[in-house]
Amino acid sequence: MAQTTLSTRPSRPDEDVIILRPSRGWTALNLRDLWYYRELIYFLTWRDVIVRYKQTVLGAAWAVLQPLVNMVVLSVIFGTFARLPTDGIPRPIFTFAALLPWGLFSKALSDAGRSMLSNRSMITKVYFPRLIIPLSSVLGGVVDFAIQFLILLGMMFYFRIAPTPAVWTLPFFVLLALITALGFGLWLSALNVLYRDVGYILPFLTQLWMLLTPVAYSAANVVPEEWALLYALNPMVGVVEGFRWALLGTQPPGPMLIVSTVISILILISGMYYFRRMERTFADMV
Amino acid sequence: MSDIAVRVENLGKQYRIGAQVERYRTLRDSITEAVKWPLNALRGGLGRRSEYFWALEDISFEVKKGQVIGIIGRNGAGKSTLLKILSRVTEPSAGYAEIHGRVGSLLEVGTGFHPELTGRENIALNGAILGMKRAEIQRKFDEIIAFSGVEKFIDTPVKRYSSGMYLRLAFAVAAHMEPEILVVDEVLAVGDAEFQRKCLGKMSDVAQEGRTVLFVSHNMSAVLRLTEESIVLDKGHLVMRAPSPQAVDYYLSSGFSQTGERFWHADEVPADAHPFCPIAIRVLNPSGRVVDTVRSVEPVTVEIEYRLNAPVTGLRVGIYLLTTHGEHIFTSFDTDDQGNYEAYGVRAAGHYTSRCVIPADFLNEGRYVLGINASTFRVRRYFQDEHALAFTVDPAGAPGMQWGEPRPGPVRPRLDWKIEELPS
Repeated sequence: MAQTTLSTRPSRPDEDVIILRPSRGWTALNLRDLWYYRELIYFLTWRDVIVRYKQTVLGAAWAVLQPLVNMVVLSVIFGTFARLPTDGIPRPIFTFAALLPWGLFSKALSDAGRSMLSNRSMITKVYFPRLIIPLSSVLGGVVDFAIQFLILLGMMFYFRIAPTPAVWTLPFFVLLALITALGFGLWLSALNVLYRDVGYILPFLTQLWMLLTPVAYSAANVVPEEWALLYALNPMVGVVEGFRWALLGTQPPGPMLIVSTVISILILISGMYYFRRMERTFADMV
Repeated sequence: MSDIAVRVENLGKQYRIGAQVERYRTLRDSITEAVKWPLNALRGGLGRRSEYFWALEDISFEVKKGQVIGIIGRNGAGKSTLLKILSRVTEPSAGYAEIHGRVGSLLEVGTGFHPELTGRENIALNGAILGMKRAEIQRKFDEIIAFSGVEKFIDTPVKRYSSGMYLRLAFAVAAHMEPEILVVDEVLAVGDAEFQRKCLGKMSDVAQEGRTVLFVSHNMSAVLRLTEESIVLDKGHLVMRAPSPQAVDYYLSSGFSQTGERFWHADEVPADAHPFCPIAIRVLNPSGRVVDTVRSVEPVTVEIEYRLNAPVTGLRVGIYLLTTHGEHIFTSFDTDDQGNYEAYGVRAAGHYTSRCVIPADFLNEGRYVLGINASTFRVRRYFQDEHALAFTVDPAGAPGMQWGEPRPGPVRPRLDWKIEELPS
């Protein structure tokens, strides 16, 4: 089917011929275009991060404050009240470690969901691959993640917990968290342009999702056997359990991890295709 | 390497309008529509209820590399839509376009500017959005700052800038784009005279560097100055492509009957003009006949007929007179005169004409354009059409006609010269 393409000759971009035609159905991902505009990814991410902390006194400290507060709240609810076990790890670290990948994910959901709408003026005036917008809003969360990670290391040092030998798998889990965040982020950002309900449902959805993810509890201790597979369909289960296991030595994620990984990758790829398919309507609908 | 920069064939763009004016849908809408579908289908006709209209239809043209082409037309003719398609912001609904070379589009000045960032940071951001590479932006940084004239404030957040500074900075970045094909949409419409002059200067530099330029504007003198050829769009169709003077003249006189009169149909009047409703504007000769050509030695009557659907306080209805180059000659309102101003402080609802007489021996030969404006001073503009009607002035009998030479300038008054020989 006819499509908008940037054709051949990568060595001299100014020799490219661009064909513009109405496209129908599924269009190619056009990753070459994305690569050509890669610097814009950096600039938009940089913009989002800088703007977030400009004119604040606490600046980057805000990146840490939210998970710390969450940690305290969750520790109180799940610890003091519900008394759920934490595999021998001090409760604050148990929760805080899980809040890192979870925070990346939930922030990505809300930021990416909004990203197309808040960048409406750019979308209607300038061309660049629109995938860059949700992509850079997800990447913006990585900066926060890095800061929180340093704090986590500090906490581990304080509680005298050494990382396990499995810590070399940590990058894998971080990557998995990113893939999951990006996949769902893409779906939400595209859907939000077309159906504004998405922006309204999202806060509830995120809260519910957190309860269904083993952030403040350990899946093996809480989830009954019959529900284990269904539970594992939530890709964040594998991410959170895996991240925590690699760093702290809690329960390993087990076969749930494979299910999570597969689902995350599927969501990402389908998200990219769906986004590309809807891209042609964005400038007219946003 | 072909020498074509842009080729467009049967290009079309369709938009959906009608009952569903909101651009997005909610899930609730989708669900209710899905439920109602069987009923709608039974009632008559499968398929959507909403209507479609073609903002652009069957546009075909070619632009060679290095050409500077103007694109002119009334509001709603499809000029911006065409630029959006060529800038890949939106997709065509039909047809085909081919672009050879990198396109830089200037559809709006300051795209992506963030108020919290400093001028320096915004230059980097805006440059990247416009397609410049980081190295390129670094290289041109100082030039851009110098061009903008806001060196002193370059490290303050842009939200503190005056609108003039903002525009100058935004344009400075855009002016340093180096695309092969530059697509510009009416950026000259904003800013003061100084800014506009700078813009025009920079754009003519760009044009002279051999880049291809597509330039949309309502400013006819800018179009005449910068472009060699122009395309005229009307209601989504390409109606003419000609050397700019010809195209501009056609555009300014198009839609006018040759009888010196122009009517407005109901659908040409925007809803926010209410309660003012223009009916017609006409040019009359001294014997009261509607004419297209008047004689410079005779007074010219301009009559505006309109209806008021509700009383209006402080309304003034008037005309602009312009040359076909778009230069303003004068503006005059029916309540400029103190007597009228007091008598018609409040105009009751009804059917009116406002009529004025341009004195004899005033206008030079040539073609002139009348614009109409109905407004209340500094409160509200009800209706404006800057190119409503054109008419011709025939100079027979004008002062100096015995030499038969053309005199430049829009005005040709009969002055009272006295020659006196002084005693030696």
